[in-house]
Amino acid sequence: MSGFDIDNVALLARLRLEGAERERLGKDLETIIRYIDQLDQLDTARVEPTSHVIPIQNVLREDEETRPFASSDYLNMAPSEKRNHYEVPKII
Amino acid sequence: MHRITVLQAKEALRTKKISSVELTEAVYRRIGAVEPRVQAYVHLLRESALEQAKRADAKIAGGEDAPLLGIPLALKDLICLQGARTTCSSRILDNFVSPYDATVAARLKSAGAVIVGKTNMDEFAMGSSNETSWHHPTYNPWDLTRVPGGSSGGSAAAVAAHECCASLGSDTGGSIRQPAAFCGVTGLKPTYGRVSRFGLVAFASSLDQIGPITQTAADCAEILNVIAGHDPFDSTSARVEVPDFTRTLDRNLQGLTLGIPREYFTSGMDPEVERAVREAIAILEAQGMKKVEVSLPHTSYAVATYYILACAEASTNLSRYDGVKYGYRSDQSASLLEMYTNTREEGFGEEVKRRILLGTFVLSSGYYDAYYLKGQKVRTLIKNDFEEAGKRCDVILAPVSPVPAFKVGERIGDPLQMYLSDIFTISANLAGIPAMSIPCGFTRDTGLPVGLQIMGRHFDEATLMRVAHQFQLATDFHTRHPSL
Repeated sequence: MSGFDIDNVALLARLRLEGAERERLGKDLETIIRYIDQLDQLDTARVEPTSHVIPIQNVLREDEETRPFASSDYLNMAPSEKRNHYEVPKII
Repeated sequence: MHRITVLQAKEALRTKKISSVELTEAVYRRIGAVEPRVQAYVHLLRESALEQAKRADAKIAGGEDAPLLGIPLALKDLICLQGARTTCSSRILDNFVSPYDATVAARLKSAGAVIVGKTNMDEFAMGSSNETSWHHPTYNPWDLTRVPGGSSGGSAAAVAAHECCASLGSDTGGSIRQPAAFCGVTGLKPTYGRVSRFGLVAFASSLDQIGPITQTAADCAEILNVIAGHDPFDSTSARVEVPDFTRTLDRNLQGLTLGIPREYFTSGMDPEVERAVREAIAILEAQGMKKVEVSLPHTSYAVATYYILACAEASTNLSRYDGVKYGYRSDQSASLLEMYTNTREEGFGEEVKRRILLGTFVLSSGYYDAYYLKGQKVRTLIKNDFEEAGKRCDVILAPVSPVPAFKVGERIGDPLQMYLSDIFTISANLAGIPAMSIPCGFTRDTGLPVGLQIMGRHFDEATLMRVAHQFQLATDFHTRHPSL
């Protein structure tokens, strides 16, 4: 294991870690990564990866228009909405 | 009355010995009596449940029948139920009310079931003890100082404490089987793809599967009959034939072979767990099963493989919780990035963050091949182990957990130790095979239930439940009740 940088990973994960929590999680993750490094013992050069255990094909349905929900159903769940749009802090 | 199984309730309702309203009210009386100590539920749905019970009674009076008509069931709180909160035991979804039914919920409803409430779980199903729930822990009905297991701890405890006739849980690395073992009930993780996950809040999409937690194997078959099958809303649900799982339960076990994986009987197992499991194997041999030793040589790599793949998938699945469209939002943020990071910091608990961080790391640029791709390759080796073993036996028998239910607080401080307690259940998810847990004895010193794990071939849940049912005909472990 090398190069585990808790602050960079936290930024990628959109997590703000501070103080004792940052320290605790950093330590835990170093232990866990050392543990998962044991997979290096296995020679997998000729092994195909498995992403799904059963064969999955792309599934297409007929292109029929369905509208199970009104947009207001979605917007009503939003923490903040304005004029039929999701509202978030200013970006630009 | 609250102690009846699904099958017993069906019979009592059909012969009009009780009504669904009476049964449902008895369940709520039981909940009122034991819930302050067990805390299996996070929300109760009394009003809608009594409505469903009334409708069931009207149908019964009209001579109608349905597979689960009038039967009180509970759902793990990551299964969407229209109009009800679905929180995943997380702060980030605490205010989320589902606008639709998960396919399993819709199927239970159309089979006539009465949904009593939503059960507690580890936050986002990440945990083995129910201690990571944002709401509160759940306590083991057999010993209230111990954990019920996890992540479907509420679903298992609710069945063990007779706060419902049966429940649904979900299993990503053992989350149905381990709590079923700890609580002395029966739990089934079906084959990957057997049951639709539409409306199941995703944890690790290549591993998650929904299944029943019940008092008996026969009840498992009743419920799997209702929830199994292809669903156009879930492209990973398999287009394979669904047998009537109740039809083969009564066949005896003559001619079946059970495999004992030598890697599962190693040091580190509690001697009382090993004793109970070995005695259970002897009982099945006495019923006519032939025993062979099999090998699953990559077992010791399963935990590492699982935590790479499950956390990678979780980090992707949980990126949707950003405070924009639904769920919790931190309200003191100057910028969009700050809103994301504050929302996720405040909304997720520590175990969830730990796994998101690990998953983000193994997927990050420069580490993908070394960890994620490597994990997928080792997954192939683990899957191949089961395919080889499956050529020599019909089912594989093993313990569910190396230890019985542990004390609240005993392991929560050491995440890696907590992960390692899933050593016997994780491989079935990686291989996608069906696996179940049935009560097979009790520890002599502490009186805690021990679970026997029965694993099988892809889509062969019928043989698992047949073995479990025949075992339950010969034993009474599944009929014992905790004294609450």
